[in-house]
Amino acid sequence: MAFALTPEREKEVDELLTHYPNTRAALIPVLWICQRQHGWISPEVIAWVAARLSLSTAIVKGVVTFYTMFFQEPVGEHVIWVCRTLSCDLRGAKAIQEHLEEKLGCHAGHTSKDGKFTILKAECLAACGQAPMVQIDDAYYENLTLEKLDAIIEGYRSGEPPAPADYQLAATTRTMPTPPAPEPEPEPEATLEGEA
Amino acid sequence: MADFKPLLSSRYDLEDSHTLAVAEKAGAYKVARKALMTMKPEQIREEVKKASLRGRGGAGFPAGVKWGFLNPQAGEDVYLVINGDESEPGTFKDRTIMNGDPHRLIEGMIITCWAIGAHTAYIYVRGELSHSIAYLDQALEEARAKGYVGDRPFGKPFPIHIYTHSGAGAYICGEETALLNSLEGRRGEPRLKPPFPAIKGAFDQPTIVNNVETIASVPDIVEMGGEAWCNLSRLAPRDGGQRLYGISGHVKKPGVYEAPVGITMRELIYEYGGGMLHDDRPLKGVIPGGSSTPVLRPDLTIDAKDEEHPLHAWHGQSEIDVPMGVDTYRAMGTMLGTCCAIVMDSSVNMVEVARNLMRFYRHESCGQCTPCREGGAWLVDVLTEICAGRGKVEDVHRIVDISNNMMGNTICAFGEGTAMPMLGLVQKYREEFVEAAEKGVPLDVRHDASTLELVRPGGRAA
Repeated sequence: MAFALTPEREKEVDELLTHYPNTRAALIPVLWICQRQHGWISPEVIAWVAARLSLSTAIVKGVVTFYTMFFQEPVGEHVIWVCRTLSCDLRGAKAIQEHLEEKLGCHAGHTSKDGKFTILKAECLAACGQAPMVQIDDAYYENLTLEKLDAIIEGYRSGEPPAPADYQLAATTRTMPTPPAPEPEPEPEATLEGEA
Repeated sequence: MADFKPLLSSRYDLEDSHTLAVAEKAGAYKVARKALMTMKPEQIREEVKKASLRGRGGAGFPAGVKWGFLNPQAGEDVYLVINGDESEPGTFKDRTIMNGDPHRLIEGMIITCWAIGAHTAYIYVRGELSHSIAYLDQALEEARAKGYVGDRPFGKPFPIHIYTHSGAGAYICGEETALLNSLEGRRGEPRLKPPFPAIKGAFDQPTIVNNVETIASVPDIVEMGGEAWCNLSRLAPRDGGQRLYGISGHVKKPGVYEAPVGITMRELIYEYGGGMLHDDRPLKGVIPGGSSTPVLRPDLTIDAKDEEHPLHAWHGQSEIDVPMGVDTYRAMGTMLGTCCAIVMDSSVNMVEVARNLMRFYRHESCGQCTPCREGGAWLVDVLTEICAGRGKVEDVHRIVDISNNMMGNTICAFGEGTAMPMLGLVQKYREEFVEAAEKGVPLDVRHDASTLELVRPGGRAA
């Protein structure tokens, strides 16, 4: 099946091409636009992008395979990236991953039977101070507990994903308080149990 | 805690701080207007040089000196590229600027473009941070509408065009030449240097690549004057100003904090970070500056009897009592990197930590150079064998051997970035590696038991 972008997205591509001195530089952004429409980068998408930017399909495929966020096979409706690098691991990312696997009935790297979720392990997503965290599609969900995670997944199941606790900086990113703010009560198991 | 005024983070706590209206009311774009209207480019470059602004992206190279490498020939266009590919484990500060105060970054970019003669600038942001790109795009839209970015910024006939460019998931694109390749629509493989980007960078033109925080510091430097800004630091004049410190892991209040350059790791953990997460579990080790930097061990002391030694002032004190500066940390055999801390308490097994980090490096190596591509994978293999109880004491030597063979044998610094933390962990916690090699790592302290039998793509059990 041949692939083509919708007229609105075509306009986005035209606009993008004005940003760079050559067409090749638009390759990664154009692949993003295609993946947003098509869900993954199929061979047809590669062929279309190559023709659109006057590149060989080999060049486009070489770029697609280099970057982890371009899917080379179909994925579920929502993709859940579980950060498993050190800071998240120290704060219980393993439990987050296992909980998700159990809840959705599939291992990391696979898609749930209903086709709704794909679980993927991610390397550092640059939210170490808000560990543990997951990225679902474009949204970051941070400072997770298993309960919070359940609520988020239920939200996605019912078609009303909760707003990512957009961490409006004040909440989790504290500038230096002067004078120092009082110490919060120590929460022994703040990472994974109970409300944080 | 030191008494000081937040600069970089001063607008974070304002409601809707990412919008132009709020940011401008709190002072944004005042300095850019002044700089473009009343200052010569060389004056700005001079102030930045005086500020001793050490690059905030990890290498700590003085930004003013980097700008000085530019020597555009006739017919060449200078580019400014902002490195927002923040992916180093433990580093999460740039996102706070991009989301919380994108106008500070844009203002810094306008001033920098003027100072280095660039008409086009890109902000390269890692693909995962699509929400940060949204914040930046919205901010750019507002700045264009106001005429701050465009053909005549603040009415000056000096076109400045700024665009965001999204990556797509590759840690290596934080390396400046890999980033340029990625910007040009190529695989993110680092280039051989020289030529350095200042001579031949984006689209083969002279290019300055700077970190988000570095450029976000520029408006304050221009406003205060380089020297005054530099003196905010406790390590002035060599390492100036204030910076963002990120703290994560086993502390009560993880997050990003602004402070003068040169606070100690002890202050960062126990004052800013609120102390250890569990009161009964003391500090075992802390990785400063992102995962590529060798670990610090609080019960090791500085040995610098010689009065000439750069660390003589801290002779006999703990490693975590040395001020956090680019030069002090280098003298200590580690690196300041992006100035952060992954704090680990006594429950942590260092072999597991090594395995977690090496898994990261195995995954993220671009694969161009054999020592890095294969070395990272071997290290994971050896560490996995050790954790599973199938190790031998020689394996500890093997780890050192593999790491030494990676150092200095690769195109970019990724090889060292893999080997240095590995060597640091083995040197400082050797007894733990030997013990694990003899007995394995007990299941209950393993972070990742499920992947011990992971089958690698070639079909061989890892």
